[in-house]
Amino acid sequence: MTTDPTPEELLPLPAATLHILLALAENERHGYAIIQDVEARTDGELRLSAGTLYRSIARMAEQGLIIEIEKRRTRAEDERRRYYRITPLGVAVARAEVRRLSQLVRHARARGLAPRTV
Amino acid sequence: MNRFYRALLRLHPTSFREDYQAELLRTHEDQVRDHGRFGAIVATVADVVPNAIAAHWEVLGQDIRYAMRSLSGSRGFAVATILVTALGVGANAATFSIADFVLVRPLPFPQPDAVVRLCEASKGDRGWGCMNQLSPASYRDVREQSRSFAALGAFTGRSVNLVGAGDPIRVNGALVTSNLLPLLGVPPLYGRLFDSTGTGDSDAQTVVIGFGLWQSQFAGDPGVVGRKVSFDGTPYVVIGVMPPHFIFPTADNQVWMPLVLRPDDYTDRGNSYLDGVGRLKAGVTFEQARLELAALADRMNREHPDAYKDLAFSFFRQRDQMSPRYRLILLTLCGASLCMLLLTCANLANLSLARAAGRERELAVRAALGAGRERLVRQMLTESVLLALIGGIAGAVVAAAAVPLLSQLVPSTLPIATKPTVDVRVFVFAATFATLTGLGFGLLPALRAGSKTGFVALREGTRSGARRQRLRTALVAIEVAVSVVLLISSGLLIRAVWRVREISPGFTTDHVLTLRTTLPSPRYDDSVRRADFYDRVLTGVRALPGVQNAAYTSGLPTVLTGGIARVLLPGEVDRRDGSQNVSLRIVSSQFYKTLGIPLRRGRDISERDTPDRPLVAVVSESFVHQRWPNDDPIGKTFDVRDQRRSVVGVVGDIKVRGLERESEPQLYLPIHQIPPQTGDLYLPKDLLVHSSTPPVAQLAAIRDIVRRVDPEQPLSDVRMFSDVLAYQTVDRRTQVNVLGALALLALILSGVGIHGLLSFTVAQRDREIGVRLALGAERAAVARMIVSEGVRMAVIGVVPGVLIAYLAARAMSALLFGVSAGDPVTIGTAALVCFATAALGCVRPAFRAARIDPISALRSDY
Repeated sequence: MTTDPTPEELLPLPAATLHILLALAENERHGYAIIQDVEARTDGELRLSAGTLYRSIARMAEQGLIIEIEKRRTRAEDERRRYYRITPLGVAVARAEVRRLSQLVRHARARGLAPRTV
Repeated sequence: MNRFYRALLRLHPTSFREDYQAELLRTHEDQVRDHGRFGAIVATVADVVPNAIAAHWEVLGQDIRYAMRSLSGSRGFAVATILVTALGVGANAATFSIADFVLVRPLPFPQPDAVVRLCEASKGDRGWGCMNQLSPASYRDVREQSRSFAALGAFTGRSVNLVGAGDPIRVNGALVTSNLLPLLGVPPLYGRLFDSTGTGDSDAQTVVIGFGLWQSQFAGDPGVVGRKVSFDGTPYVVIGVMPPHFIFPTADNQVWMPLVLRPDDYTDRGNSYLDGVGRLKAGVTFEQARLELAALADRMNREHPDAYKDLAFSFFRQRDQMSPRYRLILLTLCGASLCMLLLTCANLANLSLARAAGRERELAVRAALGAGRERLVRQMLTESVLLALIGGIAGAVVAAAAVPLLSQLVPSTLPIATKPTVDVRVFVFAATFATLTGLGFGLLPALRAGSKTGFVALREGTRSGARRQRLRTALVAIEVAVSVVLLISSGLLIRAVWRVREISPGFTTDHVLTLRTTLPSPRYDDSVRRADFYDRVLTGVRALPGVQNAAYTSGLPTVLTGGIARVLLPGEVDRRDGSQNVSLRIVSSQFYKTLGIPLRRGRDISERDTPDRPLVAVVSESFVHQRWPNDDPIGKTFDVRDQRRSVVGVVGDIKVRGLERESEPQLYLPIHQIPPQTGDLYLPKDLLVHSSTPPVAQLAAIRDIVRRVDPEQPLSDVRMFSDVLAYQTVDRRTQVNVLGALALLALILSGVGIHGLLSFTVAQRDREIGVRLALGAERAAVARMIVSEGVRMAVIGVVPGVLIAYLAARAMSALLFGVSAGDPVTIGTAALVCFATAALGCVRPAFRAARIDPISALRSDY
């Protein structure tokens, strides 16, 4: 049912999607860990709600950006937790999106709409 | 807390919930732990609801994309479904809209069911409606003695000539008692209604005008109230303007004048020219009122034995002022329309089942791969709804196109506008019905696939369901039966139309132009002045180049159907039972020549039949046959309207009351020997011009002639006589056209149904057929087997179809004009056409079956 899309076809990404990809780029994580990671990285500015998160996850899994993985659980961990990993397509899409965004920032800078340094 | 969250999660699509519910709960627990209970509740509600909606939206998007892909893969199915839905729903919505408009919808008066009509009838009278059959004395008695009415009024038709700006025009109007307009309950747009509290005399020279006349003649100026206008040469003060939706008694009525009854008017109980209109008191039922009136009629019969013989009241609700024939025509169409709905549904069910059978394996595979039942059902649902939506929109277009055609069936005798529109409720009903059918049968396979038994399909390939095959055969049989019913019904009606068309009216209408000059009272009360008008107009018109004959008459045959007089032979007593009634017309010379009515004996009416000469009359053959069957009628005398006349000529009979009805014998009196005190109905007003040149060219010249004779005299009702006659059968022809179209549609659909089912059967049985062929069966025998399958379906359908059609035809026998409900020619033809269609549907599948290659059929699927 799913045909393989090129990364560019999926752009621009919703903000939540990019954040989830960023969270997973570093490590496999379960849902709540993604929420926490995003929150920490944005200094509490973006707090994904559970609904938004899993709706995004459902869509991203369908699009092939992430996959669910079987991960051996430590004793303390709940078996209801599911872990997600970014796919090569996910990486490519994140790259393409970041490239798009930095180009945007470059243009903005040239028009004096953005600070010279970040 | 957890339970609350779990409940909220149910808002999500099941597939989403199945995938993520456990995890969501776990995450929720984490949040409660980290952020506290209160914060979590608020965040949860704000989070779940919009996300659930979005999730549904996403699934819908997926389903629609999937449905589009899957439908574009089976374009034939999609197109067929959309077409069937569009035609079925459209035809239904249109027909029911008209029927609802005429039969069901309340009239535009407050509490319309309390508005009733009343007139005199004799006991056992099987007529319908009221046509000026209430005498002022009877009206007064009912009004004074009955306790059922909140108000009872009366009216009678009165057309007037309006002379104002430009050409004078003829306006249809009514004389109404002062309480009549108020009892209908519609307030005027401007001004006031007649004063129903006073004696009415104060309003004698006043008039209420209709919206249409106000717009066309007074430019919609509210200042018209209080202004004087001239009707028939008499000044009237306009006191009110009615709103556009007010229609009474018929749509073309634009003027209401006060009907003032004086003591003299009550003396002759036989002189009935009024129609009664009443409003029942609150709390009085129609039935109570009817009983009271029956008792009242009995009392009046006893009190006035000399005046009434068998008086009874024809009493009915205003909305039933409609010929039973119209009702029957509409009910017939409703029946046909229901048949179409059945056919549509059978067809949709069949299409869905066929498609489902083809998809069984796909669904089973998907179910095996883990697609939940809910997911599959949802997808099928999306597909069905999508098709239904497209079909429904196309159906709306069909309905919108069909309603104007069908609106010719709205009777003109009802006080409703004659422009019905597509009824939204009806449309939604038909569309829902079709959608549900598609859904029901479309879902069947998804439900099966989701259940355990669905796996059987995987193992079995597509070979399943003898039961389904039987269901599909039954559906096709229903389609055939419906086609037979519609074919026979329309066939019978077509034969009825042919039969009506074969009837000779007794006159010709070719190249005859008709127009009306109604001479107003009191200006033309003087008979000399009146005769002078007729003479000068006729002389002028006859002198026009191309005009062969021209004549005046008091009524066009088939247009004026009444106009009855009693004829007594010398020594005869008045039997008052209708057996002495004749149709009376006052005509000028050349009347028979103009209409091609043959003169059988004696002479025509001539200009020399003047008031100072002996009073004469011309009669029709049936008159002679009835009164002097064995004698020479010329010179015989009789009394009519208190005058003794002698017969000078005999002419052929004509169908005065229209092609389909019995007419009374006819009596003609000369235009210059009009009996004194002759009412409007009998005064000559219709001019007939038989001309070899185009009538449009003549019309201007005729208008000039009339204007020279009387500049204030309007011309009205200008028509070709042939159109007038054609108009009489317009309802019948419309009905046949509609029914015929439905029958054709049904036939095509059932043919397609048979073809589709057989093709499917052949495709399903290819292996079996392959085996047969491999074992040495002849190809012709295989083809015969398929054809016999098709014929069997046709037989299963035709037999009950014929039975139902026979019952339906008996119910509408009044429309069949003597064609028998069991007419063997029609039934035989319809059955033959059905078999032929079935055979046609067999050809391709049979051909395909015969050409199956045994080797590849056996090899396929493995």
